[in-house]
Amino acid sequence: MPTAPTYSIPGSTTAAPADAAPPRADTQPERTVAEVLARSNVQEVFEELERDLVGLAPVKQRIRDIAALLVIDKLRLNLGLEAQTPSLHMCFTGNPGTGKTTVALRMAQILHRLGYVRKGHLVAVTRDDLVGQYIGHTAPKTREVLKKAMGGVLFIDEAYYLYRPENERDYGQEAIEILLQVMENQRDDLVVILAGYKDRMDTFFRSNPGLSSRIAHHIDFPDYGHEELLEIGERMLSAMNYRFGPAAREAFAEYLERRRAQPHFANARSVRNALDRMRLRQASRLFTEPGRQLSRDDLTTIEPEDIRASRVFGGPGT
Amino acid sequence: MMTNPTGRLTQGQFSFLPDLTDAEIALQIEYGLRRGYAWSVEYTDDPHPRNTYWEMYGIPMFDLKDAAGVMLELDACRKAFPDHYIRMVAFDATRGVESIAMSFIVNRPKREPGFQLERQEIGGRSMRYTIRGYAADAPEGERYREG
Repeated sequence: MPTAPTYSIPGSTTAAPADAAPPRADTQPERTVAEVLARSNVQEVFEELERDLVGLAPVKQRIRDIAALLVIDKLRLNLGLEAQTPSLHMCFTGNPGTGKTTVALRMAQILHRLGYVRKGHLVAVTRDDLVGQYIGHTAPKTREVLKKAMGGVLFIDEAYYLYRPENERDYGQEAIEILLQVMENQRDDLVVILAGYKDRMDTFFRSNPGLSSRIAHHIDFPDYGHEELLEIGERMLSAMNYRFGPAAREAFAEYLERRRAQPHFANARSVRNALDRMRLRQASRLFTEPGRQLSRDDLTTIEPEDIRASRVFGGPGT
Repeated sequence: MMTNPTGRLTQGQFSFLPDLTDAEIALQIEYGLRRGYAWSVEYTDDPHPRNTYWEMYGIPMFDLKDAAGVMLELDACRKAFPDHYIRMVAFDATRGVESIAMSFIVNRPKREPGFQLERQEIGGRSMRYTIRGYAADAPEGERYREG
């Protein structure tokens, strides 16, 4: 004989605990796109995205599309139009250094602000974190990572390493199966983003069609153009409180031109490494004049010779 | 006279209340996670009051952000031990505390026969008391079975 409970459990609110999720339940439900945007602060993230990330126009467009769908879905839900939670698992493909991890981090923020993931943290893992070393090791390891990522975004970098066709006893397959199961059954709790090089991801998906069909959004990150790389370099420098001296910008542009022609060019990552080496050379250059009083300008300026000493100019340097 | 008319095991938090629903359990877990506790799932079929250490189901879950991860483990434990006592335990790793901060039962067997108080007369009029679970006669794993 169930009677109305006369007790209240600490921690539970007066509302029915089953739907404890909706925040601001006291306010009117949103009716316009602007209201949803205003309440979720997602516009700020868009602006940050636009401001902080150079180029990547197709990626930004795709993120806007996804966000638009989520906003509209929210409005529909407010009017009682039930729709299945959209599948938000994504795949980021692109060459190294094209900003996949950075965008994933932003994606976690956007999804959190729109209320599609509850906590909005990003758990970045690779094969080593998911796949065990002996029989029975993989499942607990994968499950532990999944549990940590619950309520947020699981970012699997270089996901194609999970599947090694040359070794049929490889435990990667087991990790993929557990991953698939959770991706399907706990869509509300977790968003999975796979990342990797385009061609290798394609082969990976061909051999794992179940995974491919459960990922709704395949986003391709284009390589940066020359101008974009230059801008990225300048932004990185100013973020580190450095700047290019006269003629140094031209030298850097020339450096990029030559570096891009060489193998293993990793876009923004290579730019950052190059800048780090330039800082080293600048420091050694200043180091050779122990008697000189160094001004603020001296300490912050990268001179052309710091750049031209690089190995890509055919010199003996680093 | 009955001292425990409901015949239910009363250990840990909330044990005099009706069973918590999954949503209520998730709320408690969420509260613990906000305070930085590490949750773990424990089970036993020997809930003697002095049996402090129950069996661990998996390892304690550190670094979790959301209750869904803990619930995943609890569901797995319920599936494996439907007729055992299962409790959630929150460990507070704060320096100086380093102890259990929360603990409550989340799964019970369908029938809980309770405990017998055994009295033993010893020299003179002295008494010795001991508590024994009625279900404890059966070997481990066969207690609290239906029928």
